[in-house]
Amino acid sequence: MNPNYLQLFRALRPETSLILGALAALGLDLVVVKRHTLEERLRLSLWIGAIAIAAAMAHVWLGQRGSVFGGVLMLDKLAVATRLGALALALLTLGMVRGARALRHPAEYVAIILFATIGFTLMAAAQQLLVVFLALELASLSLYILAGIDKTRPESSEAALKYFLFGGMSAAFLLFGFSLIYGLTGSIELGEISRQLAVQHVSPLLVVALVMILVAFGFKAAAAPFQLWAPDVYEGAPPASAALIASASKLAGLVLFTRLLWNGLGATSGNVVTADGTPGWLPMLAIISGASMLLGNLGALAQNNVRRLLAYSAISHAGNLLLGVIAVGQGRNVWPVFFYAATYGLATVGAFGVVGAIDRANPGGCRSLSDLAGLYRRSPLLAGCLAVFVLSLAGIPPLAGFFGKFAVFAAAFRLGGVSGPAGWLALLAIAMSAVALYYYLLILKQALVAKPAEPVQPIAVPGVTVIALIAAAALLVVLGVWPSLLLDFL
Amino acid sequence: MNALPCTIYISFLGALLALGAGMRSAATARVVALLTALTSCTVTFYAASQFVPGPGLQTLIDKPWIPQMGIHYHLAADGISLTLIVLTGLAAVSGILFSWNIEERAGEFFALYLALIGGVYGVFLSADAFTLFVFYEIAIVPKYFLIANWGSTKREYGAMKLVLYSFAGSALVLAGLLWAYAAGGAHSFGLGELAQAAAHFSRHEQLGMFALVFLGFAVLAGLFPFHTWAPTGHVAAPTAASMLLAGVVMKLGAYGCLRVAMATFPVGLAFWSPLIAWLAIIGIVYAGLVALVQQDFKFVIGYSSVSHMGFVLLGLAAANATAVSGAVLQMFSHGVIAGLLFAVVGRMVYERTHTRQLADLRTMPLHRLMPFAAMTFVLAGLASMGMPGFSGFPAELTILIGAWKTSPKWALFAAVGVLIAAAFTLRVMQVSFFGTTEGTKPGSIPAHHLDHPMAPITWAERAGALLLIAAMVYVGLKPDILLNWITPALQSPLFQTALKGGAS
Repeated sequence: MNPNYLQLFRALRPETSLILGALAALGLDLVVVKRHTLEERLRLSLWIGAIAIAAAMAHVWLGQRGSVFGGVLMLDKLAVATRLGALALALLTLGMVRGARALRHPAEYVAIILFATIGFTLMAAAQQLLVVFLALELASLSLYILAGIDKTRPESSEAALKYFLFGGMSAAFLLFGFSLIYGLTGSIELGEISRQLAVQHVSPLLVVALVMILVAFGFKAAAAPFQLWAPDVYEGAPPASAALIASASKLAGLVLFTRLLWNGLGATSGNVVTADGTPGWLPMLAIISGASMLLGNLGALAQNNVRRLLAYSAISHAGNLLLGVIAVGQGRNVWPVFFYAATYGLATVGAFGVVGAIDRANPGGCRSLSDLAGLYRRSPLLAGCLAVFVLSLAGIPPLAGFFGKFAVFAAAFRLGGVSGPAGWLALLAIAMSAVALYYYLLILKQALVAKPAEPVQPIAVPGVTVIALIAAAALLVVLGVWPSLLLDFL
Repeated sequence: MNALPCTIYISFLGALLALGAGMRSAATARVVALLTALTSCTVTFYAASQFVPGPGLQTLIDKPWIPQMGIHYHLAADGISLTLIVLTGLAAVSGILFSWNIEERAGEFFALYLALIGGVYGVFLSADAFTLFVFYEIAIVPKYFLIANWGSTKREYGAMKLVLYSFAGSALVLAGLLWAYAAGGAHSFGLGELAQAAAHFSRHEQLGMFALVFLGFAVLAGLFPFHTWAPTGHVAAPTAASMLLAGVVMKLGAYGCLRVAMATFPVGLAFWSPLIAWLAIIGIVYAGLVALVQQDFKFVIGYSSVSHMGFVLLGLAAANATAVSGAVLQMFSHGVIAGLLFAVVGRMVYERTHTRQLADLRTMPLHRLMPFAAMTFVLAGLASMGMPGFSGFPAELTILIGAWKTSPKWALFAAVGVLIAAAFTLRVMQVSFFGTTEGTKPGSIPAHHLDHPMAPITWAERAGALLLIAAMVYVGLKPDILLNWITPALQSPLFQTALKGGAS
């Protein structure tokens, strides 16, 4: 391998602009900290962050494609789409930060969001186990801090601690799995690993490695039985942090593990088209997926807290996303699951944005469902946007969430009809989507039907957040009516 | 003909305009909604006047939508869809006329109403299963908010139950369609292409797919024992929504059964049709008997809807050209009649007396207090009983003749249902409108009714009622006009395969 550092530098220009943005936000904040109010400092940091992300998006769009630095990074269409998606979701998150309750360290908050985003963009392209792990950890460590950054609320610290303990554990599992893979194949390059595994039998050691990797994947995706952190983190973390954890982090993690599993470990996938008991990671993934659908949807029915409800809905969506990973199949048909993850991220960012805005306006925050009561009177804009986000999560056409589900289920059926576990899983997912509509309608019932408490207190939403919310809602509608706009790109 | 897709776009655009107009005043929203409905109704009538009946769907627009999955935005019409589109146009206009008294959040009300109408137009015009499914689901969510926001008795319960039943049904449809799509090689969702592919499916696959798709749609058509959403939902809904639900939305289900399930999976139809027929007959008789003992005026009409929709399903299950054309005619007829009945109960009577309990209504001489309502209800009731001269008669007669051809037993049991329908209609007519006729002199009306004279029937109510009565009588006297559209449509190869497979 002939290291070409200039090429690497060019390929990493998006990351460079994010780092520069983070440093600029921190530095400028130091300059203005004495003379300006918290709100002005937040505004300044957000603008710097937004410019950095926009610059990164431009670099991704115009930058080079193909294999970089001897195959350490792969900037194929999927990587470019994921990078753009993660950056766009991070940008929307910045918009939501403005509308949520103000935090005491605005510049640090924005800088850490940017650092997490660097992790996401690297995850999107990583082709080597070391880079995979480093990117994942960069993102995870940033997210732990984001979850706990609100020092005024004990729930936030609790969320951060839970997230950190579970995350640290899963990282240890992942690293152990990687070391076993390295021992079995003598390589950390996904291509070489795949070549080596193709000529090996499935050994017990390999099964252990696969289990370790799936544990980490399950954690990252908030899939059952590794979901325990999700409700507490979604509930305790500041809404914008939860939005980032639930959207961009999911999208990047999903693409990373899809690549890792199919491109690196594809030879040991096993079989879910028919139930013949071939060992591999597909059957395990199928079990995790089915468990998440059941636990997420049934658990959500019992929730009375909006954020916990969104967390359980995230668990159920994780089940569908894993079904999408299964449905990628030997044909590498990756666009259904990418579309699903991207549009799910959009809807979740938006939903948390609305929750954040209500959280700021209500003295008691936004906890139980009844805190949403009468939203249509208090802020028609928030109510309308929330309806779009929640109905997209529920999979109602013409919103993008519907087509994502449709494409994933169709891909799952194409594997082998209803004769095997993949088909059964798709049937379960379809049945569960009817269950899910119930709790999504409970949210909308409060927001759009229930009468507000008198006197009606209107909710003021900052302009930046309004733009971000409308952009997210409009994207969901446009991608729902013309999904080909995104599909043509992949 | 080619203007028909505009009905969809006009309705959705009108929904947005009504939402905006509602911010100014309720009256503006009303006018916008009425103009929208009238425009699309005019378009359908113009298209109907230009229509040349023939076998097969006449394509209106066919463009690649999502080429990655072989999905086309394909709209087409034949005599069957045209019948139902005309019905939708009529129901939409009269529904808005009967919601003229909506003051609270009127903009949102009419926006949801028109969005629902747009979805309904879309379903009736779709010739691609994906397109049809998308419009079908678009029509589900507005129902929840219409009922939960503007409804009456147990509205949140009724709304949620109705929407969950509809959505569970559509989940079954989705599963069946995706299965068929995948088994057919994942090329296309076009109804014709799916049917071609289905010819090569194994028997088990066809039986499974038909069961999923038919049952999914039949839930919305009120198939026993999945009908329980209908009475609670209809009762909870505001008048215009009940009219639309019973009048048009239940037809979406029956239309889906016919257009998608039956035409695509003829082998499945042949296997399942006896079961469907018996369930339909049970529904006719059971719902009729339940209607006979209801104490709530609106519940009587709600159960009568289930009973009448049983005839539609029986006609479909009998699977011969006569029975199916009767079923389509019954869809039209029941759409108009149910609309009228719900309008009288929900708008004319309930909004003025504030009670729907038959025991209370019995004490009021409603035939004197509101003769127009009484007259309308008597006409609609006669039509609902299947009296000659009204649209119910040719429809139910054709279904019974068709069912007899397939199995005389079915026709006999269903005929019992006609008698029960006459019984509960006459009972409710007598009790609610002519309760205290005996010995009543003008002076003997209880004083408390005269203290609060009832508001006169408004012009909007009169116009809406006359529109529906005219349609009911016209089709009753001249059913040929619809049958001449429907019968040729059933000659298309797709339906011929299905109807022969079912009859043998």
